[in-house]
Amino acid sequence: MEKSDKNPYRKIAESFIKAFEDSDEIELDSIEIAIDKLELLLSSITRQIITPTIMPPQIVKPIEVPKVKFEKPKMVWPGKIIEVEIGATRSMGGTRDKTYIIGGEKAPSFYFFEKPEIVMPHKPIFALDIFDMKISLPKAVRMFYGEDVLNDPAEWARIAIEKFNADMITLHLVSTDPNVKNTSPSEAAKIVENVLQAVKVPICVGGSGNPEKDVEVFSKISEIAEGERILINSLNLDMDLKKVLEPIKKYGHVVIDFSPMDLDKARQLNRKVYDYLPKNMIVIDMNCAGIGYGLEYGYTATQRARLAALRGDEELQHPLVAGVSNAWAAREAWLKMDPLWGPKEIRGPIWELLTGLCMLLAGADYFMTVCPTTPSTLKEFVEYIYGEKVFSKEELYNWVSTKIG
Amino acid sequence: MPWKSISPIEIYKLLPRTNCQKCGEENCMAFAAKLVNMETKLDKCTPLLEEPKYKANYEKIWSIIKPAVKEVIIKRGDISLKIGGEYVMYRHDLTYINPPPIALDVDDEMSENEIINRVKFTENFSYTYTGINLKLDMIAIRSVSEDPKKFIKTVKIVMENTKLPIMLCSLKPEIIEAGLSLLKNDRPLIYAATKSNWNEMAKLSKEYKCPLAVFSPGDMDGLLTITKNLIDSGVGDLVLDPGTFVGNGLSTTINSLVAIRWKACEEENPLYGFPTMGVPMTAWFLMDGDKLKKATWEAIAAASLIVNHVSLLVMHSIEGWVLLPITLLRRNIYTDPRKPVSVKPELKVIGNPNEWSPVFVTSNFVLTYYLVSGDIENSKIDSYLLIVDTEGYAVDVATAANKFIPDKFKEVIDESGLEKKVKHRILVIPRKAAKISGDVEDAIKWRVIVGPSDSSEIPAFVKNEWPKILEEWKSENK
Repeated sequence: MEKSDKNPYRKIAESFIKAFEDSDEIELDSIEIAIDKLELLLSSITRQIITPTIMPPQIVKPIEVPKVKFEKPKMVWPGKIIEVEIGATRSMGGTRDKTYIIGGEKAPSFYFFEKPEIVMPHKPIFALDIFDMKISLPKAVRMFYGEDVLNDPAEWARIAIEKFNADMITLHLVSTDPNVKNTSPSEAAKIVENVLQAVKVPICVGGSGNPEKDVEVFSKISEIAEGERILINSLNLDMDLKKVLEPIKKYGHVVIDFSPMDLDKARQLNRKVYDYLPKNMIVIDMNCAGIGYGLEYGYTATQRARLAALRGDEELQHPLVAGVSNAWAAREAWLKMDPLWGPKEIRGPIWELLTGLCMLLAGADYFMTVCPTTPSTLKEFVEYIYGEKVFSKEELYNWVSTKIG
Repeated sequence: MPWKSISPIEIYKLLPRTNCQKCGEENCMAFAAKLVNMETKLDKCTPLLEEPKYKANYEKIWSIIKPAVKEVIIKRGDISLKIGGEYVMYRHDLTYINPPPIALDVDDEMSENEIINRVKFTENFSYTYTGINLKLDMIAIRSVSEDPKKFIKTVKIVMENTKLPIMLCSLKPEIIEAGLSLLKNDRPLIYAATKSNWNEMAKLSKEYKCPLAVFSPGDMDGLLTITKNLIDSGVGDLVLDPGTFVGNGLSTTINSLVAIRWKACEEENPLYGFPTMGVPMTAWFLMDGDKLKKATWEAIAAASLIVNHVSLLVMHSIEGWVLLPITLLRRNIYTDPRKPVSVKPELKVIGNPNEWSPVFVTSNFVLTYYLVSGDIENSKIDSYLLIVDTEGYAVDVATAANKFIPDKFKEVIDESGLEKKVKHRILVIPRKAAKISGDVEDAIKWRVIVGPSDSSEIPAFVKNEWPKILEEWKSENK
């Protein structure tokens, strides 16, 4: 009640009168009332209008309803995801300004029935892709960078971090493929060095996908980046694992084990890698595909791996990678379509964003994205989810009757 | 208790065992097998449903196969939308059953033109994907004026312009009743019962035999309390809306949906065993910023809810770039995960090819196959499509992962007798597989041409490049 009001209770009395006129009974909910004053006003003002027979006290009471209490779901997740640290500062033997830890989940991602810092202590990491040669990228990605930048991996990396707010970059050494440019391991290592100098955040380095060449390339860059704890993308069962893991182990890097859509192969690969690396240096990738082009497979493989891990499968208790850039394999992401479907410059980024969002909700921890708008929007989403900011629950009733302009 | 598979024998014993085939299956055993996989519905067995002597057995089977989440039907004319009816928490545990319908909103203060435009847009929305037509499903009519007359007028305009099912939205029972009076023979969804109006809404739901949404934003105790009261007062077809808070509070929304589905499927608590709904359009009044931002967050909310068990969505954007990814995502998540990822590697004949027709190559990933064969068929190009075994990987993934290998080309060429069907020795491979062209050429001794990167460009390729390629080959191989 406003104290300054001349007749502080007139308003409420008037509204009572109105309420009595309009209805048979009224419910008082969440209202604090000073009983003595209210009785006085009701008796003096309402008596003229309302006969005593229709206002005995029992009418002015809330409708009696049996209260049901919500109980938290009875979920038991005996497993815990291993924490993997990427990057190394000077004190750790590297040259990075900071490191990131991913993993540590004790429940499926964003199941916040406990405090977020307990069940999901580390926020996911969003990286932008850069390439060691000019490749065909969709216009909706190119338009954010100058054409020159796309020829300069170091500058590309710097812009990705400084301008587009990515946490990390994923450098793809695609030119090393024998069928592309067959760039030598030492030339590739120089590019890695340049990128390491251009940015001060941890980096992830990928090969070309050729299993023989990747072994050579990864061995060389492991040596050149000694102590930096870079994330190597990726190992698979087709590789000579002994040959590649010895240098990775020696120079202290962390790896991604890649087993598309196959939980058994993921376990098998992890078991082989355990012979060389401790578990807290391994991240797994179950593959990712875009909305409309196989999203369900990557989504489900990722979700299954995470749930199995939380249910106690120790061989899958690793943080998960999502190669969200694969969203662009869906033609709807880049094709010029009927205007009804919107300009591709908007449609494409949305495609990658929503693909990434689904993988985030499936449990992924490290995101490879290529569109510069994706990391910042996904981070905004994560901030909202983690946030304990105040929001009005009552206000939401109004969506039904609010004019939307 | 989470999902456990049911033995078909258990069901078979309770069926009529007459093999009458009225259900469309060969025999009762086949029907039982499909039923336990949730690939058919019990009421397809009409004798069981209709003949009194089977009544007890019908009920027994139903008690075995009843979904954890009640199936609720929203209907208008011939169009029925089923929502809920789910069995499992995660799609890989079995499959999700009913894709959530998407309603677009109109309100009673829009001009008649605007209402008609939005309604027609909703009705005409269509996108073909793997042979399936993706559609929007419903109109949500909101009372903004809170004037029953204006609401009636709007409902009439909608009814005259579309056959789609309707959801009537107002928290005032008299407005809902005004709308219901026009839809007497249908089952529109009433939105919504709240803590202050549930009693009146329950009466309307019973009188008009319509499903009823329960709305209790950010208050699960309230949601359950109202739900309990509604059940006790005889209203059985409910849809639970815990409130969609886009931006701050989205976590509350997601966790409420997760909790509701978990309690229904994993704890078998019937109080939670109802379909849910979400309202991504709240982005338009909860988020700051321009239209692009609001529409983006509406899409984000919709995607978050689709992967988190929502059974029905109300949206506002009529932007194709919002609705296309959302309808495709919905299709993806509600695809049966038991269906194989790959198609059989073989030679597919498209149209009436002759011995000089082009041979296109693609991977045996089911989605790639659908896209490529669809594009070639639609452009009526007589040709062959060689489906190479890539272990079900898409072209780009298969190429990167070394799964697009010459041996597999050879296998399918030999098995299909392609060498007898065409006189040339030219294969057109996708640009995304360009880097394997040399290896394949060396291994199988065919000329390998790098074609378009996307099959939508095949018609242009056939028109502009194929004749030259063929002539060149002919002149070199006289």
